Amino acid sequence: MGDGLTANFSSELQSNGELVLSIGGRLSAETVGELWRRAFADLEGQKPERIVVDASAVEYCDGVGAAFFSELRQRSSGPFEIRALAEEFQPLLQLFDAGKLAQVGPPRRRSIVEEAGRAAANYGRDLFKMISFIGEAMVAAVWAIRNPRQVPWRDSFVIAETAGVNAFFIVTLIGFLLGLVMSFQSVVPMQQFGAEIFVSDLIGISMLKELGPLMTAIVLAGRSGSAFAAEIGTMKVNEEIDALTTMGLDPVRYLVITRLLAAIVMTPILAVFCSFAALVGGAVVLYSIGIPLVVYVDRVVGAVSLSVFLAGVIKSFAYAVLVAGVGCLRGLQTGSGARAVGAATTSAVVSGIVLIAFASAVFSVVLYALKI
Amino acid sequence: MDSGAPAIIRVESLTASYETEVVLDDLSFEVRRGEVFVILGGSGCGKSTLLKHMIGLYRPQSGQVHIDGDDIVTATGEARERVLRKIGVMYQNGALFGSMTLLENVRLPLEIFTDLPRDAMDLVARLKLGLVGLDAASQQYPAEISGGMKKRAAIARAMALDPQILLLDEPSAGLDPITSAELDQLILRLARSLGITFVVVTHELPSIYTIADRAIMLDKRVKKIVAVGPPSDLRDHSTDPWVRRFFNREPETAGVSGEGPSPDNESEI
Repeated sequence: MGDGLTANFSSELQSNGELVLSIGGRLSAETVGELWRRAFADLEGQKPERIVVDASAVEYCDGVGAAFFSELRQRSSGPFEIRALAEEFQPLLQLFDAGKLAQVGPPRRRSIVEEAGRAAANYGRDLFKMISFIGEAMVAAVWAIRNPRQVPWRDSFVIAETAGVNAFFIVTLIGFLLGLVMSFQSVVPMQQFGAEIFVSDLIGISMLKELGPLMTAIVLAGRSGSAFAAEIGTMKVNEEIDALTTMGLDPVRYLVITRLLAAIVMTPILAVFCSFAALVGGAVVLYSIGIPLVVYVDRVVGAVSLSVFLAGVIKSFAYAVLVAGVGCLRGLQTGSGARAVGAATTSAVVSGIVLIAFASAVFSVVLYALKI
Repeated sequence: MDSGAPAIIRVESLTASYETEVVLDDLSFEVRRGEVFVILGGSGCGKSTLLKHMIGLYRPQSGQVHIDGDDIVTATGEARERVLRKIGVMYQNGALFGSMTLLENVRLPLEIFTDLPRDAMDLVARLKLGLVGLDAASQQYPAEISGGMKKRAAIARAMALDPQILLLDEPSAGLDPITSAELDQLILRLARSLGITFVVVTHELPSIYTIADRAIMLDKRVKKIVAVGPPSDLRDHSTDPWVRRFFNREPETAGVSGEGPSPDNESEI
């Protein structure tokens, strides 16, 4: 009946109301799919008094074949019998019996009200954790100032290198291109008013006060905030954080403070480099339209006061604390499994950028009030 | 087990190395159809490395691994897929996909390799989970279940496509004696009732006596097989000092334990 590579199926309704299903060939994962569709399509709408499966022609049967027989038995309303299945396949029918399986309902669906409530509670909890984390980090910072010899400076240096020195190229490149694009875009309309010389003021103030720290902070969030979260998150998954805690070492002191320190030291430096690279970019554009470099430099120095420069540096301090802090926090909050590390990393970048935006808005108001 | 059963896996002159360091030196052995075959050896002797060569995950420096007649080392494309379909693997920590429920984990191979209707896949996956006693946990995620359950779920996933050979990497490591014994019973039941050939990497002595039809023992120093045969034979008749020490749980540096403060610690640790 079978050629050994396919499953065969035919059905016949006999006059005594008995439905005979003849099944043969090879019943395995490759062949049962077709058989399954045909057989159950055939049974659709039939109400036989009795189903008899003639399995005398079955040459091979594995777990999937046994699942098929089990499903036939489950779906038949009346008496059911499997005849002439070879001895060697009999144990399969006992092993794979759908009737013996525990009934597990589909996971309970939550109502929209419950979902909204849970989401709100989660946000509240997250805010609470952030506040308590700020407290912990501050306590740890005070500890670090009091016990400078116990701070793992070596770790800080290594992190400062990866988060800071290794980011130098990308930060300056972004700064240079930003300066180039901004001055090019603004010089065209300003030329119409003969005001192209003021492009140097624009680049100087906007980069040093606003965009330099902002772009650096965004690069920091993407490069280092995510790395902090992934590293600490993986440590959490591997129970390394638990190991630190049981050794009496506070993870906030040993993991967070080192990263915060590295970020606080490196970010303002990077921000300054970013701004200077932008000034170089601006110089290229203005020089190409015929403004002498000495005039450009003179205008920039005149426009950028010390307070503007310091405002930018202080901003980048704040951004560094936010980005590194939230990166570490998300790492410490990691659940279990590979997916949780991915979620922590994503959340670190997103939260970092959101916090940067908020802080930037706050700074704008404060600096306006201070008339800087 | 029938000692005349034909070989289903043949490893011939397998030499494996990491960088320049040879880990396995010229190994040859056979696994017979339907037997539970155990690979023994101390920590770091290359048991897991051997297993990974047997499933084609690593390429040997030289030698061949034939699975049911096909060389898994040189097979490519469809031939390789055909060989891989014959084997199922349980990794040390289960290697279940954390983002999927147990049911989805077991269903995954079926989704990839078969054209079964959706309800059929679900049923087959649930039956496989039922076989390892996890049918009630089918909607749970790997992070929500215990280590023993993870290993059983991993066996269910390895069995999704009804392979002829199951390879288990340290199934009883990290499990309590009861769970470990249950896992042994499961292995025996699957081997006897479904005729599956098992290759088990382990160093748990009680488990070895329960499940193994035959075993080979690897020695880290010579990087070769130092004993082959049923575990009771290895224990009672082997002349190799390392094999005897392994089965008698004797520490390698016998002199040190004699000088220690507590005479009991040698047998317990």
